[in-house]
Amino acid sequence: MLTAEELREIEAEAEHYPKREAVCIDALKIVQRHRGWVSDESVHDIAEHLGMSATDVDSVATFYNLIFRKPVGRHVVMVCDSVSCWIMGYERVRAHLREQLGIEYGQTTSDDRFTMLPIVCLGCCDHAPAMMVDSDLHSDLDPKKIDSALEKYK
Amino acid sequence: MKDSFDRPLTERMHPDPSIVDLQAYELAAGYQAIRKVLRTGMTPMAVTEEVKESNLRGRGGAGFPTGLKWSFVPRGKDVPNPTYLVVNGDEMEPGTFKDRLLMERDPHQLIEGAIVAAYAIEADIAYIFLRGEYTLAAERLARAIAEAYERHYLGKNIFGSGYSLELYLHLSGGRYICGDETGLLDALEGKRANPRSKPPFPPSVGLFGKPTIVNNVETICCVPHIINQGATWFRGLGRTKDGGTKLFGVSGKVKRPGLWELPMGTTVREVLEEHAGGMLDGVKFRGLLPGGASTDFIVEEHLDLPMDFTALDKAGSRMGTGTMIVLDDRTCPVGMTWNLTHFFARESCGFCTPCWSGLGWADRILKAMEQGRGNPGDLDKLEFQTKMWAPGHTFCALAPGAAEPVQSALKYFRGDFERHIREHRCPWS
Repeated sequence: MLTAEELREIEAEAEHYPKREAVCIDALKIVQRHRGWVSDESVHDIAEHLGMSATDVDSVATFYNLIFRKPVGRHVVMVCDSVSCWIMGYERVRAHLREQLGIEYGQTTSDDRFTMLPIVCLGCCDHAPAMMVDSDLHSDLDPKKIDSALEKYK
Repeated sequence: MKDSFDRPLTERMHPDPSIVDLQAYELAAGYQAIRKVLRTGMTPMAVTEEVKESNLRGRGGAGFPTGLKWSFVPRGKDVPNPTYLVVNGDEMEPGTFKDRLLMERDPHQLIEGAIVAAYAIEADIAYIFLRGEYTLAAERLARAIAEAYERHYLGKNIFGSGYSLELYLHLSGGRYICGDETGLLDALEGKRANPRSKPPFPPSVGLFGKPTIVNNVETICCVPHIINQGATWFRGLGRTKDGGTKLFGVSGKVKRPGLWELPMGTTVREVLEEHAGGMLDGVKFRGLLPGGASTDFIVEEHLDLPMDFTALDKAGSRMGTGTMIVLDDRTCPVGMTWNLTHFFARESCGFCTPCWSGLGWADRILKAMEQGRGNPGDLDKLEFQTKMWAPGHTFCALAPGAAEPVQSALKYFRGDFERHIREHRCPWS
């Protein structure tokens, strides 16, 4: 079931569009903000609320990489693997994260603290290499900066 | 030393990353362009004509003349309602970091530009489509939009002119393909971002099937200044025929990676050597992508070309977004080409066959080559693929864009590709 708060937020966004289905992506993001990810149940609930088929909602949910259809850790580390970061040391960043967190892309640490994912260019190319943790950008990364950045996320 | 040319887009910004707030923007003649347009009764067609005269060309990468695009919108009483303006803030072209600056540091400039542009095309509703990862831009734009509503720069009957405009911020769910004009429209409609077959083009059948203009953030930011200071002034800002200033950026192994607002037509060499400080000590220049991942490499012989749409087209490349990515002699050109191709393969929406099938194939060939498993016939296969990705074979520009770095890398760095195949290893690793 969608909560009253989720419904209120979805309806506020829905006012911006002439068709109800247009708020589908916003609705998925709203549910994810409250629950961390989007479960099968949430897909069905959103579909029912917007008068769409669950298949249509899921086809949207699985298309967009910022929508998580599997549970993630408390914090999501998104590592920029695009060209400027690659030139400036992406491989070292990824190797260090792999070693520190003990996980590959798409995996979550056993304490549920971090999930690691690749991400397209973060538009931080003059301070490459870069990554995002949740909604925070971290740039000019080296092993020391990565370690102190991760410290902040418990 | 401060150069003596105008920098209308960035002159209000502080050296530190703080925001030009509403008060600072208004003190620097902010929101004067909408006053001029709405209070003096300048007609939408007159605004469109002024922008046409200015030679403003789309700053998202394609360089389409903005005023001409606006003139394609049907006008008059019989037009299907509403008309939409969509600001494309889905900056995801690898190596591109210019719109972020404009949205984070001076959000009111973008909002004022959107109001003027919306008025010019007689739009009723405008959206700013922002990539989800730009969280600071989202926060600052949301606040600035609320402030603009409070001041009645947005909403019903702006300045008693009878013109009304609603402006909404949409935060995207991700994927590079949303930056494509019609992919973006599908995303805004809550669907998968599969670019549409064209024609019809968005000015006649766009968002929710209504007339729609999609413009890039930097393009829209130029608009208030064109209205305030005139088309002739704007044209005069550029050193070449393509008018205005441009945000040029450099990333890679240079001394001072960064972003600068410079006259359109500033040479590649000036941007690279004077502004970015040249190559880091110990590394040599080999080539660069002039405007993002989907532009052809240019090399030493092209460094004195002016950065504008016309000159780089003639050299077989494109200015694209104007943010250069530099390849140095310590970085493997095959590895770089693989990184770029892997990006496009992953970000394809999966609709057109040359794209979903061909990019994946090229990705695998380049991966094998970089890992020492290349075959003598691979270069022919890659060349064949880049021809399959040509414009006209797909609904959108993703595959044609992906072809550009590959075909030019094969041209300028062919010896490096051959060496990978011959020696069964990457000489750089």
